[in-house]
Amino acid sequence: MDYSIPTINLSVIGPEIIILLTAVSVLIIGLFPNYRRWSISIVFIGIIFAFYDIYYLWNLNQVGFDGMVLADNFALLFDIIFLIGTLLTLLLSGNFINQYIRGTGEYLSLILFATLGMMLMASTNDLIVIFLGLETLSISLYILAAFRRSREDSLEAGLKYFLLGAFTTGFLLYGIALIYGSTGTTNIYSILNFLKDGSVEIGILFYIGMILIIVGFGFKAAFVPFHMWVPDVYEGSATPVTAFMSAGVKAASFAVFLRLFITGFSPIISQITGILAVLAILTMTVGNVIAIVQTNIKRMLAYSSIAHAGYILVALTALSRNIESEFSAASIMYYILVYTFMNIGAFGVVIYMEKSEEEVLKISDYAGLGFKKPFAAICMTLFMFSLAGIPPTAGFMGKLYIFSSAVESELYGLAVIGVLNAVIAVYYYLRVVIFMYMKEAVLDFSYLSARPVMALSLSISVGGIIYLGIFPQSLINLLTNIL
Amino acid sequence: MEFILFYIFGFIAVVSALLIILQKNPIYSAVFLILTLFSVAILFLLLNAQFVAAVQVLVYAGAIMTLFLFAIMLLNIKYEEKAFSKLANLKITGIFVTFVLFIEFMYMIFLRKGLGIAGNISPEKVAEVGNVELIGKILFTKYLFPFEVASLVLLVAMVGVIVLAKKKF
Amino acid sequence: MLKEYLPILILLIFAFVFAFGILLLSHFVGPRKYSDVKGEPYESGIKPFMDARVRFSVKFYIIAVLFIIFDVEIVFLYPWVVVYKEIVSQGIFIFIEMIVFVVILLIGYFYLWKRGAFEWE
Repeated sequence: MDYSIPTINLSVIGPEIIILLTAVSVLIIGLFPNYRRWSISIVFIGIIFAFYDIYYLWNLNQVGFDGMVLADNFALLFDIIFLIGTLLTLLLSGNFINQYIRGTGEYLSLILFATLGMMLMASTNDLIVIFLGLETLSISLYILAAFRRSREDSLEAGLKYFLLGAFTTGFLLYGIALIYGSTGTTNIYSILNFLKDGSVEIGILFYIGMILIIVGFGFKAAFVPFHMWVPDVYEGSATPVTAFMSAGVKAASFAVFLRLFITGFSPIISQITGILAVLAILTMTVGNVIAIVQTNIKRMLAYSSIAHAGYILVALTALSRNIESEFSAASIMYYILVYTFMNIGAFGVVIYMEKSEEEVLKISDYAGLGFKKPFAAICMTLFMFSLAGIPPTAGFMGKLYIFSSAVESELYGLAVIGVLNAVIAVYYYLRVVIFMYMKEAVLDFSYLSARPVMALSLSISVGGIIYLGIFPQSLINLLTNIL
Repeated sequence: MEFILFYIFGFIAVVSALLIILQKNPIYSAVFLILTLFSVAILFLLLNAQFVAAVQVLVYAGAIMTLFLFAIMLLNIKYEEKAFSKLANLKITGIFVTFVLFIEFMYMIFLRKGLGIAGNISPEKVAEVGNVELIGKILFTKYLFPFEVASLVLLVAMVGVIVLAKKKF
Repeated sequence: MLKEYLPILILLIFAFVFAFGILLLSHFVGPRKYSDVKGEPYESGIKPFMDARVRFSVKFYIIAVLFIIFDVEIVFLYPWVVVYKEIVSQGIFIFIEMIVFVVILLIGYFYLWKRGAFEWE
């Protein structure tokens, strides 16, 4: 008898099962043109059920499949963030779906499969499942990036993302293999026990494995120097897809980082604080400096998303220095949630501005928008303020928490560089606002019609950043107690 | 006997791997890749890893090489050759990665350091029970959940084939 | 343990010797006369007029990828078959888990079928 029957507890993966069933049903319904119009409603019903199931599982701390899958509050919180991102993206996708009406089923199910991959990554305790979740996520995104396959830039985005992604997946898998080789387990808690136990010397291969895992996820979360793919992929993909991947993939990668750092690697994580600090400085600075010279708003937001990965990395560095600090972890989660709202919101305005045949993507095209389309312009202004970190938006509170967590861990230099970067960033975010309100319109905005669903998505995002910006305390209290 | 076989097939694997990258014609490279995969499969067999050996032949030397050959046929080789020769820094990256891996393997093999901890299933046990059976027992009990997730990855791949390559979808 | 593989080894050696032996034999024994006409590829008597290497249709690629996907699926069935009898006595779950696995892929199969992936258009 060299095996044991596992405990099968399906309620642990309840939200995942709901999303899987939804994805599969829209995939099948998409095959029948007569029923295709129901698919979007099915997706929303599925997401609502998933939210309800998360509400039901909250605080129950269920464990299933012999500790391989967890439904602790940490995992559920990230599930909520992913589902918010998915919901906001889908509300913005109306135009895109109409354009590719035959691919409705594929588009919706791929978005849901990607969400499912993220949820698996956040709610597991095993490196193998993390890897499989990442593969589900990545493969869906490669396909989504190349979805507009009659366009060369979209194909280039898909191919580039796929080649570099496959390359770094190799790094990640090799890192997992090295960790398995040196600890004999892929379970994160068993790795923790191995490190605490200390009876076996921790070899250099374990460290190499750890670095390779950081490289693998660093690629997905767009850390410098693994960021080369970001601008081209973000520019070439359809804008709803860009919005989805900019928020979701980052959130999923940081969920894995948090899980690994706080449990698995916690005894030795302080040894790589230096590496993380260098990565953080590079990521922030390169992202912000290159963003200044961009004229295309999608590329500008791409570099800005690199810079934001850098800010979150500052808090991660602080966490690695002082692993007990619940505040650092809370500031990361807070920032990821806020980032989901403000970044998808900003891309939402970009989607609103796009024409179906020719795209309106230059920052100078936004000139005069403030007088012609006040609602879109106000939303964009708030998102830019939030991304730049200007009060009273949530972006300000997020940056405040992140830099104070760096100060709390006595990383003063890093905090100062972070603040300097935030100041640089104000320039290129405010430029958009200046164009909208202080320049004469060059475009005739008559092609823009009212789009209630899109407005709903933008309103949710605006509501999110304003509410979280003015009343952050209750959420922060919740987040500090989550671990 | 095992040693002799190890050296023979190890030698074949290394030589054919070198020939893969030294060939001008990509079809020849693909054929040598099949040879490499085959000899590595035999090395797996010598390590009592029959399942991995069988998968290596079935999936890699069989299915994936078919895909490789089709992919080569799909390309406009003359154009690609020109484009590829521009990627000189790829060579540098390749040499660097190879060098790092070489150092690492030498470190492990000759210094016998960083080998990690031994597993709880010895090679003798594997030889006795059979590799496929051991894999089955652990895959369908302890790793049941990842096994199911694997089917998801395959499902996503199917959707991808249609979205990317079907004439009208 | 290696004894069990002796037949395979013999087969391999035999295949190797036979394949190369025939080539070598015809190389040394057969008469050789080269001429320009003989060097041309045989095209039913018509002079070849274009490069032999043409680009394949992407349809072949679809077939190849689908083959890999289902090949990988089949690979999981081998260990399942080997251990099925022993584990099923502990509980029916090993049966159900393979059903779930196959059903997920059957959904994919249905999808491919409806999308016409198996049609040669």
